[in-house]
Amino acid sequence: MTNTFREVTAAEAVALARGGHRVIDVREQSEWDAGHVAGATLLPLADVPQRIGEVAPDKEAPLLLHCAVGGRSGRAAGWLAQMGYTNVVSMKAPIGHWKEQGGAWEEPQQLLTPAQQRRYSRHLLIPEVGQEGQRKLLDAKVLLIGAGGLGSPVALYLTASGVGTIGLVDDDRVDESNLQRQVLHGSDRVGMLKVDSAELTLRGLNPETNVVKHVERLNADNVERLISAYDVIVDGTDNFDTRYVLNDAAVRLRKPVIHGSIYRWDGQVTTFVPFEGPCYRCMYPTQPPDELAPACSVAGVLGVLPGIVGMLQANEVFKLVLGVGDTLAGRLLMFDAMGTTFDEVRIWRDPACPACGDGAAHMPDVAEPGAALVAGA
Amino acid sequence: MSNVRIPPVLRESTGGSRSVDVNGTTVAEALDDLFAKHPALRDRVTEDGALSRFINVYVNDRDVRYRDGLETTIAAEDTIILLPAMAGGSG
Repeated sequence: MTNTFREVTAAEAVALARGGHRVIDVREQSEWDAGHVAGATLLPLADVPQRIGEVAPDKEAPLLLHCAVGGRSGRAAGWLAQMGYTNVVSMKAPIGHWKEQGGAWEEPQQLLTPAQQRRYSRHLLIPEVGQEGQRKLLDAKVLLIGAGGLGSPVALYLTASGVGTIGLVDDDRVDESNLQRQVLHGSDRVGMLKVDSAELTLRGLNPETNVVKHVERLNADNVERLISAYDVIVDGTDNFDTRYVLNDAAVRLRKPVIHGSIYRWDGQVTTFVPFEGPCYRCMYPTQPPDELAPACSVAGVLGVLPGIVGMLQANEVFKLVLGVGDTLAGRLLMFDAMGTTFDEVRIWRDPACPACGDGAAHMPDVAEPGAALVAGA
Repeated sequence: MSNVRIPPVLRESTGGSRSVDVNGTTVAEALDDLFAKHPALRDRVTEDGALSRFINVYVNDRDVRYRDGLETTIAAEDTIILLPAMAGGSG
């Protein structure tokens, strides 16, 4: 004799589930994603014949099948009965009734709020970003060393793009001579701490971004404390001491550093990913004398140059956070504003590098916490 | 003729020129020709006859440190890039 199944109301179904019936949802994945019975197992109708044996090997076990209104679950229950399942019921009621009867329910996991979906809609349309990518940006913590020439454009665009936490390390105050290029600040901010001015600008741009102010100058004593809480570091400093201090700490803590430097009409950008590509010391093992490297305040810099170089740095941040594309790791990009040309040279990990080479004291352990952030890793 | 790109911090030694055409079949010969044309560059780019530690030299996109150093051979259409570190950023 052929086994049969029973159809039940929503109230009865809720009671059966509480009493130990295993709930199987025979709807499609997209319906499941919009909300589902808590503790249920998803088994779309088309998969039932092939997969029921693996999902519910015990044919005596009490099973409660449901779909959106009871049609698909009725068919599935009929098949199970024919296959020898003896204790199958199908809920013949709209799924809304289950909720009204107090049945256990799990709301969909929303990656973005409706407001975020509106704000970042142009990102969501890009396949490589989408909701998941935007969520990564919202969860990302990026530290900018310097809230000046390079820090300004980087902070503005990362904030507009929804990067969730932006740390700013700078103890300078806004000076009139900064305003020609440091677009975070304005005439009414002269004399204000740069991080305070930056916070005002960034809050207005996107109140969702958490701006963390570090009113200090990066040095060997504070560098590890400053960078340890962040995923990516953007280097926009104006002197070699800081660049070497930052490099060595970033290698020790395995933090990727996006390097940018500017001089009059020329800019350089690269990305240092510790132990996967070269570091700053691999490229320049020894600190050059100051006369070879005058700061903007001495040498001058074209107003748009930090904008162009900063945008290239911000672009590198996106790829590291999203885990897509090819970063500048192992390549130094050089921009010449006078000729509007880009040149590129390859940079290599130096086995003799005092920071990340074979003999260095800080070789990576087996697990590399930063590795997940590296594109293609 | 190969072409040497002069980085901004060294352009005062070339009268502002951003690139200089040179003859030579190795990096050493090319640099000698460069120094003959712009003598002030020699002390900025070399130390006791060797390349300065502060300046990287590339033939096209390859660092000569990982090739044959000053003996790296060059072809007529090659570009030699002199690249000292640049510090500027925040200002």
